[in-house]
Amino acid sequence: MAALSSPLRVCRGILKELRAIQGPTYKRSQAYNYIMEQFRKNKVTGERYCRAQQELNHDSHTYLCLLASTRTHMALHELYHSKGEASTKSAAAMVGLRLPTQPGGKGWEK
Amino acid sequence: MTTTMLRRLSRLHGRLGSVFSPVHMCARSQSSATAERKRFYQDVSISQGEGGLYEINLDRRKLKTPGGKLFTVPNEALAIAVATEWDAQRDTLKFYTMHLSTLCNTALDNPTQRDKDQMITAALKFLETDTVCYRVDEPNALVELQKNEWDPVLHWMEKRYDVKIGSSSSILGPEIPKATKDTFRQHLTSYNFWSLTGLEYVITQLKSVVLSMGMIDRHLTVEQAVLLSRLEEEYQIGFWGNVEWAHDYDMYELRARTAAGALFVHLASESSTVKRKLMQD
Repeated sequence: MAALSSPLRVCRGILKELRAIQGPTYKRSQAYNYIMEQFRKNKVTGERYCRAQQELNHDSHTYLCLLASTRTHMALHELYHSKGEASTKSAAAMVGLRLPTQPGGKGWEK
Repeated sequence: MTTTMLRRLSRLHGRLGSVFSPVHMCARSQSSATAERKRFYQDVSISQGEGGLYEINLDRRKLKTPGGKLFTVPNEALAIAVATEWDAQRDTLKFYTMHLSTLCNTALDNPTQRDKDQMITAALKFLETDTVCYRVDEPNALVELQKNEWDPVLHWMEKRYDVKIGSSSSILGPEIPKATKDTFRQHLTSYNFWSLTGLEYVITQLKSVVLSMGMIDRHLTVEQAVLLSRLEEEYQIGFWGNVEWAHDYDMYELRARTAAGALFVHLASESSTVKRKLMQD
């Protein structure tokens, strides 16, 4: 279908994701070495349409999509779905109410 | 009763009473089903074991599947990708983000005890209710959208495999001729067990055999396949608006799972050789 964006952009994208995962030492990871090796190995081809190259191009897009969407999904999860249930006190406070108090304490409480 | 027994009873009553009092409910859910495991390892590395299979090492220990088997993968690329997933975990292990590891575990343990034939049958059954073949009658804009977006993929698939699939807007779905199913069965049998595991996963996620095959055959990208799978949802979002904590959340999760499945299928079925061309003057 539509043409895929250039391998350079995909490579940069993957490295950006690896850096987000591993921090400043990402260049020493095995993933980094493998990715760079694959990109370098398949850069040059004598044929005009090299099927292996196209296949690896698609695979690299797939991996970039995997890394980027996992990270985004986790970020959205942290943002919206991680806080669990609020206590009744804070739930009431959200709408400006307070829990009822009984000055003498409830009969069965300490 | 003695006073000590009474005191003990009242203390017990007090403790029980406090559990039932709503004010003491914790902010975080306390069920053991969501008990979080902390990251217990520093380094993740891979090593090649016997039979040329790759293993994952967390510090010194070898990773095992939930079923207790040794975690082995057939090639280096998949091993590195799985290792990266484990390395990406920070304080707690979030297994729901480790899609490749989950797929490997499923393929290794085979908890549902199925063989290739059963998986192929299940995959082909999905064809009868394939998203791409199931059309609406109205609203008109959605009908047009489905025609413009889904018909090209359907035609590509029909041409590529020399089969007839067709689409339908009746509630029963399209009639898939037996010849079509036989052709697909023959094609799917050429995949190994691991690839079929991944393929079935993708089909379940995208709810479509056509889109899954289109993506596995590298005709569609993951983003395109996900978009086509969610076509009606995207249409409604365009009409009514987007809700980030639901729509985007679902879309990114679907993308992550589909990408993991696609990568799993490709890596499990690859065999790379390096051919050197001789210099010719």
